[in-house]
Amino acid sequence: MLRLALRMLLRDWRAGELRVLALALVLAVGGVASVAFFADRVRQALTREAHQVLGADMLMTADHAWAPEFRDEIVRRGLQRAESMNFVSMVRAGNETLLAAVKAVTPGYPLRGRLRIAPGLNLPDADTDAVPPRGTVWLDERMMAALKVRPGDAIELGRARFRAGAVLTLEPDRGVSFMNFAPRLMMQLDDLPATRLVQPGSRISYQLLAAGEREGIRQLEQWTRARLGRGERVDSLDNARPEVRAGLDRAQSFLGLTAMLAVVLSAVAIALGTRRYTQRHLDGYAVMRCLGAAQSQLFALFAWEFLLLALAASFAGCALGFVVQNLVAWWLAALIPGTLPPPGPAPVLQGAATGLVLLLGFALPPLLQLKEVPALRVIRRDVGPPRQAALAVYIVGLAAVFGLLLWQAGELKLASYVFGGFAAAFGIFAAIGYGALQLIGRLGRTGSISWRYGLANLLRRPRANAVQIVAIAVGLTAVLLLTLIRGDLLDAWRGRLPPDAPDRFLVNIQPEQRQTLAEFLERNGVKRLQTFPMVRARLVAINGKPVGAEDYSDERARRQIEREFNLTYLSELPSENKITEGAWFGPEDLEHGAVSVEHWIAERFGIRPGDALEFLSAGRSFSAPVTSVRKLDWDSMRPNFFFITTPALLEDFPASYVASFRAPAGDALLTLRLSQAFPNLTVIDVSVILRQVQMVMDQLIGAVQLVFLFALGAGVLVLYAALLATQDERTHEAAVMRALGASRAQVLAAQRAEFAVLGAIAGLLGSLGATAIGWTLATRVFQLDFIWNGWIWLAGPALGLACIVLNAWAGARAALSRPPMAALREVI
Amino acid sequence: MQAAGLSKVVPLNETSANGTPGADELVILQDISLKVMPGEAVAIVGASGSGKSTLLGLLAGLDTPSSGQVRLDGADLFGLDEDGRAALRARLLGFVFQSFQLLPALNALENVMLPLELAGEAAAANRAAKMLERVGLAERLRHYPKTLSGGEQQRVALARAFVTQPKLLLADEPTGNLDAATGAGVIDLMFELNAERGTTLLLVTHDEAIASRCGRKIRLAGGRIDGEA
Repeated sequence: MLRLALRMLLRDWRAGELRVLALALVLAVGGVASVAFFADRVRQALTREAHQVLGADMLMTADHAWAPEFRDEIVRRGLQRAESMNFVSMVRAGNETLLAAVKAVTPGYPLRGRLRIAPGLNLPDADTDAVPPRGTVWLDERMMAALKVRPGDAIELGRARFRAGAVLTLEPDRGVSFMNFAPRLMMQLDDLPATRLVQPGSRISYQLLAAGEREGIRQLEQWTRARLGRGERVDSLDNARPEVRAGLDRAQSFLGLTAMLAVVLSAVAIALGTRRYTQRHLDGYAVMRCLGAAQSQLFALFAWEFLLLALAASFAGCALGFVVQNLVAWWLAALIPGTLPPPGPAPVLQGAATGLVLLLGFALPPLLQLKEVPALRVIRRDVGPPRQAALAVYIVGLAAVFGLLLWQAGELKLASYVFGGFAAAFGIFAAIGYGALQLIGRLGRTGSISWRYGLANLLRRPRANAVQIVAIAVGLTAVLLLTLIRGDLLDAWRGRLPPDAPDRFLVNIQPEQRQTLAEFLERNGVKRLQTFPMVRARLVAINGKPVGAEDYSDERARRQIEREFNLTYLSELPSENKITEGAWFGPEDLEHGAVSVEHWIAERFGIRPGDALEFLSAGRSFSAPVTSVRKLDWDSMRPNFFFITTPALLEDFPASYVASFRAPAGDALLTLRLSQAFPNLTVIDVSVILRQVQMVMDQLIGAVQLVFLFALGAGVLVLYAALLATQDERTHEAAVMRALGASRAQVLAAQRAEFAVLGAIAGLLGSLGATAIGWTLATRVFQLDFIWNGWIWLAGPALGLACIVLNAWAGARAALSRPPMAALREVI
Repeated sequence: MQAAGLSKVVPLNETSANGTPGADELVILQDISLKVMPGEAVAIVGASGSGKSTLLGLLAGLDTPSSGQVRLDGADLFGLDEDGRAALRARLLGFVFQSFQLLPALNALENVMLPLELAGEAAAANRAAKMLERVGLAERLRHYPKTLSGGEQQRVALARAFVTQPKLLLADEPTGNLDAATGAGVIDLMFELNAERGTTLLLVTHDEAIASRCGRKIRLAGGRIDGEA
């Protein structure tokens, strides 16, 4: 049976009966597999990208020197190691002194990411693999400016003298932290003893950095965590550059969504393909019954044939997916530090499962229906399989598609959006298409005979035509979505960082400085500086129950609860914040005091609206009820706060202020003047990070577009399958018309009239669908502003007409190139 | 009961199954009773709508009658289920149809191989090729139905019918889709093969000339046997 099935498969393939099906499967599997292959590798790469923020894959920090066993363990496991020591100390240059954040590092630091240095202030910077040479220190711009030194000048640190080397413009692991407020001095670790700054009781943070392959790191982390002592901790990816990760998360959503689109479209192509296949095999089935084959035998034969097809196509799809993901990886090579780990076998399974589920989901019900074909069909053409509602036949397939979407998306919401979107599109397309056909069929009773005949044809089989309109419209929706709308979506994504996104943060602004600072910046072209008061406080109790690290198992929660949070007080909700639970402060709250909690923190600490929180700040405690939970927009590049209280609650506490602003273009020295005018301020320049975010986005977008090709291919395939679906019938019809004496021109004109109407309706529907889905994706899923595209309303109908006219031309030519008798005989 | 014969002993009735039986009930076949002996060639003739094709469908077990019985080689056809009848067809029957009914995705050789393959025959290709050679299509083994002329297609169909060495060949207007000259050639070939193999032949036709080549002619009219010669 298996051998016969294989032979039948090869014969059907050779005869061209399976091409659409096989191609649809290959595209679906290829799309899913390439995304799966790649997602796995990229997830690791993204993790590593995030590791840049640590400067390592794993960061161990302690308030005392690490015992040798920890350092040796890193090397013993074949991993890279670097060390650093951080402390704050006075630095002197000539008559100027300044409190500096000193970082002493070993060669090799950082293990992930790179330092950037410039030969002098306001000169172009570049990546470097080096660390400061012995006897030399690197200073950041602020420090250079504040100490009034230039490269080559002498610097005193503790008991040692150094030479100022390059200007340190970027440390990957410095991040956007408000706590890095002192300017940076970087030196080599071996120079540190000479300064004699390391004394018992000095406040120094000792760091061990490790990097290497994933498994090794995982094991090292386990090993280390089991041995951590007091004051020692292991850092992984906590809170690392949320703004970059938001972008990367979105890229993965785009990729996953694209794969889903390929799945849905391929499913449509497969549904159309199996329908045609079974219709064309009705006779063959009846003949075989006549030749004495049992039902079970035939069912097994066809089932095996489809199973073999699914396996072969899945194999081809996986191979294609593998090639494409390699291309994608190559595309992103610049973005991903080091080499990507090889992909595992899981994506192959995911791809193959997709192929099997899709084909069997859509092919089995029609196959089972085939079982009902009476053998009598060989002598009586009018008997066929009992008609069933289309929904009943495809319910298995639809369920399969939804299952695959859910698997691919990993979340119900996105999967439901995509599935619901397509289901709604099908329904609406069918209704509008059917209505439009009726209307046009009734109105178009004038004109030439061909025109009237063509339009009459529309009405003669309104259902079949509506089905074709739906299929073509869905195909066009996909094509338009993936060309015009995709561009708009990506533009919206690119434009996500508004041109006026702040690129400088100011920390440690004293209350009395606010006015003068605002005036200073105003004079320098910065409008309306918005400052936020910041009060540092620890969360000590929830609902009267004291909380501490021991109450939480989550590592991040444990760490956060022991530290001070930065609280602010506001009466208005910041524009980038969205309330997800409860309500923003009302007049009563403002009077009695209330807290709004960030959603992440609320989840981590199990805080709900109505809970009472107690904080401790500068030895004083205060408590207030939680009235709302907020979501923050990490992309906004504005100061964000986990806790916001009503003003009355915190106004009496000692506060400093933070602010962010956008430096006017071309004013490279603003930061410098600012730190000279307000020496106590910490100015954090994130313009480099912003540039990096932009670069990351551009590269990711390039990669996403490659995967788009799968969905685009599937969309085109749907178009092809939809057109093929009625080709047999049209060929026959053309033959009948010819036989009745119609001229070639008349036949062509009649088909053209019919197709022109079909194409225009389908095209308009496609435009409608693409716009609707684009809008939904932009506003509901990706939280982007939707950009309206006027061209789509022209492109849709134009494409619809073009592909249908092309098909009509090809189909009619096939019908007209042979004597009518041949065509008639073949399809009788 | 005869060794390899078709017998019809109980009157066969067929009514249209459209809707509920009642006033509109249409009687298609009524009280047909006939017996065919091994090696006989029987023509069933009649005008369109006389019930010829329906009768053939019933005799082949492709359809079931409202009442009556068909015994084939001693077996009660309608005492079997559909798969049982299929197995019987595989063992005993060969078919030739008006519209040839070749599978378009299979070439000539594969079409002839199909019944052998379905029966699990090992030397299918060999036997099919020999059979095609016998019907004069040795040069056309790899041709697809749509590239063959009507006459050639019907010869492939004949080869497919005879390749399993059936005891009974059922032919439904085998020349209906062919012009006179081609049709005559196909009929000649069919009778030759029939004679060579001693097959029992049951031929439905409206062509009196072809019918008269059979040893026995049964005329149907209005669903009844109107005469036998």
